[in-house]
Amino acid sequence: MNIIKFIESFTDDSLLTQTGSRRQGLNQLGTLGKKSLFAALPTGLLTLLLVPGKSQAAALTTSVENNSPTDALRLALLLEYLDSEFYQTGLDTNGLIPEGRHRDSFTKIVSNEYGHINSLVQALGGTDSPNYFEKPEFDYTAGGLFDPFNNYDQFLALSQSFEDTGVRAYKGQAPNLMSQPDLLQAALQIHATESRQAAEIRRLRGAKGWIQGNNRDGLPEQAQPVYNGEEMTMQGGVNTGQVSNSGGPAIPSIAGSEAFDEPLTREQVLSIAGMFVPDNPLG
Amino acid sequence: MKTLVKVEETSFGLASRRSFLKMSGLAVAGAGLALAGCSSDDDSSSENNNQMPGLRNGTFDFGGGDTGILTYAYALEQLEADFYTRVVNGNTFGSMFNTDEQAVLADLYYHEVIHRNVLRQVINTAVNNNSQQLLPDLEFMYNGLNFGNRAQVLDVAQKLEDTGVAAYNGAGKYLESAANLALAGKIVSVESRHASVIRSLINPDDAFFAAPDVVDPSTGKNQAKAPSQVLSEVETMGYIQTPFTANYLQ
Repeated sequence: MNIIKFIESFTDDSLLTQTGSRRQGLNQLGTLGKKSLFAALPTGLLTLLLVPGKSQAAALTTSVENNSPTDALRLALLLEYLDSEFYQTGLDTNGLIPEGRHRDSFTKIVSNEYGHINSLVQALGGTDSPNYFEKPEFDYTAGGLFDPFNNYDQFLALSQSFEDTGVRAYKGQAPNLMSQPDLLQAALQIHATESRQAAEIRRLRGAKGWIQGNNRDGLPEQAQPVYNGEEMTMQGGVNTGQVSNSGGPAIPSIAGSEAFDEPLTREQVLSIAGMFVPDNPLG
Repeated sequence: MKTLVKVEETSFGLASRRSFLKMSGLAVAGAGLALAGCSSDDDSSSENNNQMPGLRNGTFDFGGGDTGILTYAYALEQLEADFYTRVVNGNTFGSMFNTDEQAVLADLYYHEVIHRNVLRQVINTAVNNNSQQLLPDLEFMYNGLNFGNRAQVLDVAQKLEDTGVAAYNGAGKYLESAANLALAGKIVSVESRHASVIRSLINPDDAFFAAPDVVDPSTGKNQAKAPSQVLSEVETMGYIQTPFTANYLQ
């Protein structure tokens, strides 16, 4: 696509000011996410554009970061829809997922995701609630970039990116659920299951179960936003890259970022998920 | 109103420990460990004023509120860090575990030491570096555990990781500070990754990484346990030797 047109698309005033409605802003960001991924820009530029605090979108991000519990649940539901249909389609594709550990794992994972969907729909007030939305159509090729149901390596790679995104997304929404302790606990419980699943899929790919720095472990460049920010090493006033333990072996610097997962904002999640959702019900 | 269950003594011998456990269905006390369940969530306004961590009647109490929960997490991370330090220091570590297992266990050692140190710093900040309010370095003993036995070591690792995940899941809703919740969230998902990987080292098949004993098969939710339940289970493990109480946690 035309790179100049791409740049123009995000310098649109409605993205940069807080006067536009939140919905408009999210629409813009969703579009931005898709466009940026299709444009296959260098990672550095993507980071500049999408990471709050470093970008022109910072003001917008700040203005919408306090989501309601309903917003948080709806975001989670979109991700669970995205994940469950992906795994179910994979399981239903003859010869794609090897028998044994791989198939057992994905069978368990899709079953868990269905459970999460049920919990989320219930928390949203059921299918008659105005907050409920039906599963949208997904394009797992992301407009022709991927072919996961004919290529198991790609299937595994996308699975990893979905699970690591899910972990970071629930983590980012947890503070928005503090007013509803039961919902918060349910979200934390789902978050922990997503983390188990993420680690299992990473290990199925031969990667570590945890994220090293912002390393995407051989995933396509388009998945880099899933990992940006994971390189954080300042936690609670401690530089986690410089921890020593007198009673045991030296601790390598990279362990610092591995030991903590980082949240993603709603906007970051929508821009990542957006490339698989042509008509995103969340904007 | 707050109902505190009194624990008279904290230095039980093993024999009296058994009898004490029989005595009370509410309180859990052990050799070197004593805690009392607190069954109240309608806290009055006096909360926090006198619930900082610190010595009470000669025994360190975790305290209440966010600092109490952080102290509780700090105790669990101390246990994990100590356990994995002993694992990687073990004489047979390099021969008993294959290369992949060694890498996993070394990473767990790194991560848990880092978690412990970060929580210590966060608590220190919360108590204005008042050393009387920082949980001391706990002492540990692993009676009956053979660090030269692969299956035993992995089994304890699994229990500690699963317990840690359930503990953070169950404590999160009691945190009042969004910053503390965010920090706990950053840690718990890594604990959950640990639990998953350790489980798959023990049994790579049958989706053991998310087996029904930890993830409800119908809801897909990982366990969540209240502090009193977790501390009761930790007491049963018997590894923590230093007495403490948790009179202000749920």
